[in-house]
Amino acid sequence: MYRNKYRLIIPFLIPSLLIYLTFVIYPYASAMYISLTRWRGLSQPPQFIGLANFQKMLQDEHFWNALGNNAVYLITLPTITLILALFFAFLLTQGVPLSKFYRISYFFPQLMSVVAIGVLWSFVYHPTIGILNSLLQAIGISNPPIWLGNPKTVLGAVSGVAIWQAVGFYMVLFIAAMEAVPMSLYEAAMIDGANRWQLFWKITIPMIWETLMTAMIFIMIFATNMFAITQTMTQGGPSRSSEVLSTFLYDEAFLGSKFGYGTAIAVTLFFIVLAISLTVQRLMRRDTLEY
Amino acid sequence: MTTTVKSSSVTGNQQSAGARLSGIAINLFLAIWAVIVIFPMGWLLYSSLKTDQEIFFSPWTLPASPQWDNFVRAWQDAHIGDYFLNSFIVVLPSLALILILSAMTAYVLARFPFPGNRFIFYLFLAGMLFPVFMALIPLFFLVKDLHLLNTFQGLILVYVAFSLPFSVFFMTGFFKSLPSELHEAAIIDGANQYQVFFKIMLPLAQAGLVSIAIFNFLGMWNQYLLPVVLMTDAKRYLLTQGLAFMLHQQYYKNDWSGLFAAVALIMIPTLIVYVVFQGQIQKGITVGALKG
Repeated sequence: MYRNKYRLIIPFLIPSLLIYLTFVIYPYASAMYISLTRWRGLSQPPQFIGLANFQKMLQDEHFWNALGNNAVYLITLPTITLILALFFAFLLTQGVPLSKFYRISYFFPQLMSVVAIGVLWSFVYHPTIGILNSLLQAIGISNPPIWLGNPKTVLGAVSGVAIWQAVGFYMVLFIAAMEAVPMSLYEAAMIDGANRWQLFWKITIPMIWETLMTAMIFIMIFATNMFAITQTMTQGGPSRSSEVLSTFLYDEAFLGSKFGYGTAIAVTLFFIVLAISLTVQRLMRRDTLEY
Repeated sequence: MTTTVKSSSVTGNQQSAGARLSGIAINLFLAIWAVIVIFPMGWLLYSSLKTDQEIFFSPWTLPASPQWDNFVRAWQDAHIGDYFLNSFIVVLPSLALILILSAMTAYVLARFPFPGNRFIFYLFLAGMLFPVFMALIPLFFLVKDLHLLNTFQGLILVYVAFSLPFSVFFMTGFFKSLPSELHEAAIIDGANQYQVFFKIMLPLAQAGLVSIAIFNFLGMWNQYLLPVVLMTDAKRYLLTQGLAFMLHQQYYKNDWSGLFAAVALIMIPTLIVYVVFQGQIQKGITVGALKG
C-alpha cells in the first residue's frame, strides 16, 4: 500500500513546511541573534553587542516595573480564576437547576475578542458613564476610585476583567475532567458517609489533577502576556503603572525603534514562560492515579 | 452533563434543613456570577440604542426611543463595516488553507513512515513552545522585506504559519486514531493515494477538522497582536484594530453612542453563532488545552 509513497509525501509536506519554516522557525531563530545586537531598524544592519541588551535591561527600572506588574497578574489571575472555575465546575456537575444555562453563559466571554471586552469594561469602569461607580455609590460608597486612572486600582481593575473572561473557559475544562471521573468512586465514598466537601477534596481534586496542572500553566502563560487587554484599557498607564513586559517591549521596539533591545526583552519573556511551565510541572507532579 | 451526584438521598432527614440552606447559597452564588457575566453585556446592548445625553446622565435606564442611527454611524462613519470585511478577507482564506494544509501534513506524518518523519513532527511541535512575542520583531522585518507589509496575503500567510503547529499536532493524533482497513481496501480496489486521501480519509476526519476550524477561526477572528504589527494602514485594519482605534479616537471625537453600537455590532454575531452551536464551540475551544 505504500508503493510510490513519496509522490504523495513530498507535495503534501512541502507547502506547509515552507510556510512554517519561513514565518515561524526563521523569526524565532533570528530573534535569538537579534537580541544580541544593537539595531535601530531602517537601513543599518544589526550590530553585534553580546549581552549588552540584557545588562541594560537589568538596570532598566521600566523593565522591573513591567515585570512587577506581570508578577501581580501571575498571583491574582491563577488563584482567583482557578478557584472560581473549580467551584463552579463542581457545583454544575452536581445537578443544580439551570446548570446548562450557567454553563453556556459563563463561557461566553471567552469567545469575545479581548479588545471588545476591554472596550466594554472601560465603559463599565468609566467615572461618568460607567455603571460600576454609580452602583457603588448606591450602596453607600460615596467616593469610589477612578478605577483605570489610579495607579493603586488599575492592576486590580484589569485583573478583574481578565478573570471575568477566563473563569468560564477553565470551568468548562474542569467540567470535562470531572465528568470523566467514574461514578463508582463517588458512590463508594457516599456509602462510607462522605459529605460533598469530602467528595470534592478526596476524590474530585486528585482525579482531575492533570487538568488542574495544565490549567495552571495556561493561565500563568496568559498572565505573562496581557497585551491586548492592556493596550485597549490602559495603554500601560497611568504613568506606566499597568505596563507589562509585552506592552513595554512593543513600545520599545515599534515606537522607540530599539529593535535589538525589544527582542532581548521578548527572549527574556520566553525564558520566563519556560521557567514557569517547568516549575509548575515539577511542583505539581504527582503519581497519576490509576482507575 | 449526565454524571450527577445526588447526596440528599444518602444523608437523610436530619441534615435536610442544612442541605436546603447550602442549596440556596449555591444557587445564589451561581446566579450572582451569571449576573456579573451577563449584565455588563446586556447593559452595553441596550445602551447602544441610547443618545449620548442618556449615556452620560442616566447610565442605568433603558433608551427613551431606540437610536438606530448609532449603528449606522458605527457601521459607516466609523468604518466598522469595512473592518468586518477586512477581517473576513483575512480569516476565511486563512482558515481554508490551515484546514487543507494541516490535514495533508498530518495525514502524511500519521500514516507514512519515512526517514525524518519524527523530526518534522517535532519541528512543528516546537512552534507551540515559544511566545509569539519572541518572533514579533524579526517577523515584522521579514514581512516588510517580502513587501507583504499591509497586505492581506502577508497576514494570511502569517496566520496560517502560526496556526500550523497546533493544527498539525491535533490532526496527526486524529488520523492515527482512524482505522487503516479502509485505506488498504481502497488501494486494493485500485484507488490511488490522492483518491484515498480526498475521498476517504478527509471525510472521515471531519470531526477533527470541525474542532480545529472552530479553534482557529476564533483565535484569528479575535487576534490583535499580529495585525497591530503587520497591518498599520488604517484602511486595512481588522475588526479588533478598528475597535481599538475607535476607542482611542474617543478622546478627540465624543461619539460614545457610536462606540457602544460598534461593540454591540461586534458582539452580536458572536453571540448568535454561540447560542446556535454552543456545544461544539465549547468542545472546539477547550480542545486546545487538552493537547497535553
